[in-house]
Amino acid sequence: MTTSTSSRERVAEGADRPAVEIVNVRKSFGDVEVIKGLSLRVARGEVLCIIGPSGSGKSSLLRCVNHLEKIDFGAILLDGSYVGYRRVGETLHEMRLSAIAAQRAQVGMVFQRFHLFPHMTALENIIEAPVGVRKESKAEATARARALLDRVGLADREGAYPGQLSGGQQQRVAIARALAMQPKVLLFDEPTSALDPELVGEVLTVMRSLAEEGQTMIVVTHEIGFAREVADRVVFMDDGQVVEEGLASEVLESPREQRTREFLGKVL
Amino acid sequence: MTLNVASGQGDAVAAPQESENLRTVPLRHYPQHVAALIVLVVLAWLVSELATNPNMQWSQVVHFLTSPIILQGVLTTIQLTVMCMILGTFLGLVFAVMRMSDNRFLRTVSWYYVWFFRGTPVLVQLIFWYNLSLLFPRIGIGIPFTDIGVGAPTNSVVSPLLASILGLGLNVGAYMAEIVRGGILAIDRGQSEAAAALGMTRKRIMRRIVLPQAMRVILPPTGNQFIDLLKASSMVAFIAGGDLLTRTQQVYAMNFQVVPLLVVASIWYLVLTSIATFGQYFIERHYGRGEATRQARTLGAQLRRNLKPWRISKGNR
Repeated sequence: MTTSTSSRERVAEGADRPAVEIVNVRKSFGDVEVIKGLSLRVARGEVLCIIGPSGSGKSSLLRCVNHLEKIDFGAILLDGSYVGYRRVGETLHEMRLSAIAAQRAQVGMVFQRFHLFPHMTALENIIEAPVGVRKESKAEATARARALLDRVGLADREGAYPGQLSGGQQQRVAIARALAMQPKVLLFDEPTSALDPELVGEVLTVMRSLAEEGQTMIVVTHEIGFAREVADRVVFMDDGQVVEEGLASEVLESPREQRTREFLGKVL
Repeated sequence: MTLNVASGQGDAVAAPQESENLRTVPLRHYPQHVAALIVLVVLAWLVSELATNPNMQWSQVVHFLTSPIILQGVLTTIQLTVMCMILGTFLGLVFAVMRMSDNRFLRTVSWYYVWFFRGTPVLVQLIFWYNLSLLFPRIGIGIPFTDIGVGAPTNSVVSPLLASILGLGLNVGAYMAEIVRGGILAIDRGQSEAAAALGMTRKRIMRRIVLPQAMRVILPPTGNQFIDLLKASSMVAFIAGGDLLTRTQQVYAMNFQVVPLLVVASIWYLVLTSIATFGQYFIERHYGRGEATRQARTLGAQLRRNLKPWRISKGNR
């Protein structure tokens, strides 16, 4: 089993506690084990890209990080606290739904198919959770939402309903919606896979700028070019396990493992 | 020039010159026009027969249409329908959410509620509630399996009106539970997941994200249910519920003008269901927000279209 080794140059000092720590996690759907004892660490401010063939368990792993899927074994820690569970001795007891909700509020997630709320405008989508969950005042949340819309280049579309926006615009609103909760870590589940090719760039540009500002991000992606350019580290997953991990340049340019080479040969 | 499509060769049609202004003519549906004419003639014949039939007693129809006793019945029908609909919608929401709960006990209770109240005739339920005193001569509130508590004779508590509300409301509740459940199921699971990922609680997700979207799916059958209830409420005439049909029956029992009074009742039911139809349109439009242009046609345009059916055959949508 590979564990995180070196290569955390971006956060060498200061924050020594990892933002996310995945320890020996197993997860099955019925009889099929999709994550087979996997461990990973994501440092604060780090951008980790997870690549791998479909069905390798990357999306499931990502969904475990905010307890959208329950793990069967092992543990996931977010900024030092167990995700979804309370530890008593050697056992982890699942937390109450309200406690899990409070934990999820600290993790942003961007989905492949956006999942904006279609009955709300772009602005309403963004302020829904800050006002409803964080109990921020509507004026304060609105001001911040406008700033976020400006940041993703959609300042003029705050009144538009999702149905009136292109896929790329919807995904940028979805990113703004996740950012509005000021998450400790931002999870991206194949954020450009449902987009027309000419719209992929605008979403990647926003993600790149987030990475530059030091947002901690875990990105499941098929965009090898993006991974090479933006990721601090790249993990290649296959069959529910980490096959190879390391600096983006190492894994993508000179992979050690045969399986990684085969995969990259197919997608590049 | 003859077209020989089958041969597929030779005989090619010359491409038109750009200078020719070619006009297209949509297919004419002549058989439709003939059929429409026949229907119109039959309709005209029926109307004239009715209008001139001395047994129709049109003067009686006009007289009773606005008589106080009938208006009293109309009012009761409206009150009854609205109260039953409110009760039914509330029950429907509760039982639909129970049915989708993780708690097996709640799911089972909800299933049996729908099974029972949807599975027995409303009329039977109405008569049952009306005759509750045969089963329980006294009812009240107390501690189960003891004699402690307060009570009253059942017949003084369960009036015909209460029996009507219980009978119809519980029945509507069962149907509404299924309507609401269908609406909730129609919403993409990704919506709940996205909301959960933002830290929203289950209750909040249901109230802010799922139900508002489900409304679009829930409303059309609910309007249907409301209109059905307006008419089904006439069944309370069986237990002297005091509604429109009860009053109508009371009048014709005295003056034997059965047909004119049934026409009066029918006219009122049509008026009420028409009003309900308009109301439904506006509520649906409200919940259609964000659903681009499908709702764009205004009520006025829709009505004009329906009033001029021959327009449709011209082929403009």
